[in-house]
Amino acid sequence: MSFVPNPEFRPIARLNIPVSDGIEDKRPLPKEVSLPRIELHTSLFSRVMDVAFRYALVICAISVIAVMVFFFYELTSRSHLSIARFGFKFFTGETWDPVSGDFGAMPFIFGTLVSSLLALIMAVPLAVGVAVFITEMCPARLRATISFTVELLAAIPSVIYGLWGIFVLAPLLHSFVEPWLAQYFSWTGLFDGPAYGVGMLAAGIILAIMIVPIIASITREVLVAVPQSQREAALALGATRWEMVRLAVLRNARVGIMGAIILGLGRAIGETMAVTMLIGNRAEVSRSLFAPAYTMASVIANEFSEATDDLYLSALVEVGLVLLIVTVIVNALARLLVWSITGGRSARSNA
Amino acid sequence: MHSMDSVTALPRPARKTSLSRQLSNFAFVGLSGVAAVLVLAPLCAIFGYLVYKGIGSINLEFLTNTPRPVGEAGGGMANAIVGSLIILGLGSLLGVPLGIGAGVYMAEFAGHRLVTVVRFVADVLNGIPSIVVGIAVYALVVLPQQHFSAFSGGVALGIMMIPTIARTTEEMLLMVPNTIREAALGLGIPQWRVTLQVTLRTASKGVITGAMLAFARVAGETAPLLFTAFGNQFWNFRPDQPTAALPLQIFSYAISPFDEWHRQAWAGALILIVLIVVAVTAVRIVTSRGTMQSNA
Repeated sequence: MSFVPNPEFRPIARLNIPVSDGIEDKRPLPKEVSLPRIELHTSLFSRVMDVAFRYALVICAISVIAVMVFFFYELTSRSHLSIARFGFKFFTGETWDPVSGDFGAMPFIFGTLVSSLLALIMAVPLAVGVAVFITEMCPARLRATISFTVELLAAIPSVIYGLWGIFVLAPLLHSFVEPWLAQYFSWTGLFDGPAYGVGMLAAGIILAIMIVPIIASITREVLVAVPQSQREAALALGATRWEMVRLAVLRNARVGIMGAIILGLGRAIGETMAVTMLIGNRAEVSRSLFAPAYTMASVIANEFSEATDDLYLSALVEVGLVLLIVTVIVNALARLLVWSITGGRSARSNA
Repeated sequence: MHSMDSVTALPRPARKTSLSRQLSNFAFVGLSGVAAVLVLAPLCAIFGYLVYKGIGSINLEFLTNTPRPVGEAGGGMANAIVGSLIILGLGSLLGVPLGIGAGVYMAEFAGHRLVTVVRFVADVLNGIPSIVVGIAVYALVVLPQQHFSAFSGGVALGIMMIPTIARTTEEMLLMVPNTIREAALGLGIPQWRVTLQVTLRTASKGVITGAMLAFARVAGETAPLLFTAFGNQFWNFRPDQPTAALPLQIFSYAISPFDEWHRQAWAGALILIVLIVVAVTAVRIVTSRGTMQSNA
């Protein structure tokens, strides 16, 4: 069959399949047509647009990768001065002296690690507890409210946590918590010296408050992904609720929970504003949690726009590079762990 | 969550559970409840304080004036509020199209090897500290231009929006049933029109809420603006000049030693949080309505 070209009639698509009318068509098919292909009579414009659209999307997708590559390139190239000058000593040097041009990042690495670990110690039990509460035991009516509130906690900007920390948390620590800790736990050596309010402890607490929602929401996603049959099986065997959660839910989800915790760690390592406002900003390594400290992110925030000479700037960028590499590794690891449970897609759609 | 209630409705076995098991169960249920309370307490404390400290300082003067020099009472953050909106607008111009484009690519070309890579990089990118983004954009935009600018702040915030928008767009598009795409393609509509006018349109509500969520997230970002937008005590509407931003202003006032500035920092923080909470709540309402429909 063939179409008579009609200027009035422009089909969107033309099927080159013979219309079945009971009589078999013995005529040889035109050579250029292969059955049962649909030949689209789209305009040239549409075909060009299809290709253009596809390339535009690919460019958008590649831009995500390009941003990451650009971060590494920019930070590596801008810090080569410091890398060449200090080498590995950059990580072990304890002096940070812009005047004499001697830079060692040890106090910042120490501050970042200790404040993040402190935050994890406080945040993990709470976050996992909340996630278990939301998925396993709270009444359905409360569930949405609590998970929304946790979401809101995640939406509060860092600078507002810092503001609250300076004017509410630090005075509270200064006049109540720290004297109490000093009185009963000073033998540990962790709670020595004058209590300023601001310091490592304050930074750890504010970080804990900030990473609880992240850990809790991802743990919740992971817990939701645990098959319902596992719970039913445990309950059918006579397990109490706690035993069911421990044996059927937490054990199945432990890899994903680990991922959530590492993700929280990544957030704590890179957190800038609230920590800068609360940690006291003194480049010292001290055993006491009362003492002021400094983190990698805070030193960049405080000194970057003041850094005048090239070496100083380069040293700060190198701190940023270390931060970038550490957070990329931490996040990549965490994502792989979480994906192994949820299969790469967020559980939001079925929550 | 769905079938959980049916589990609890199952009849309990008649066998007695030992006392110690009952006790540990009781303790566990109690502790997880306590955890929930402990997590919600700071939220209440922060919101309570924001309202308590901030509400008294928000007035017409605060909303219409620029900052006054130290020692003079009054003044406001009008330039910072407008500056924030300018920077966020510039950021959205960059972040929204790129983010949606990347998300559409991931959803419509699902199965390609590049998709997994992009999704993974987007997730990792989401975890990169905002201060690092600030340094990179400083090197890219500020150094060549030789001065701080609203434009560079916009670039920093835009970059931060891309991964969030890409991932939510992808998720929303994947929720569109394949039969709709097939029906449209079966009518002979070219791929690009199917994607733009059928798939994206079906998922538009979700995509828009994703963009708003990303917007709300970066609206409070301070660290990437420290050495890009930099801040400004005066009005500025030129994108190539240093510009005030609400989070920056809150930061510099909070660490200052003046009571008057502390007061204004609380007021600014209250305005910022109200903007963000309104956006997040709107998103929540729209998305929860959406899932209800898809369940039905």
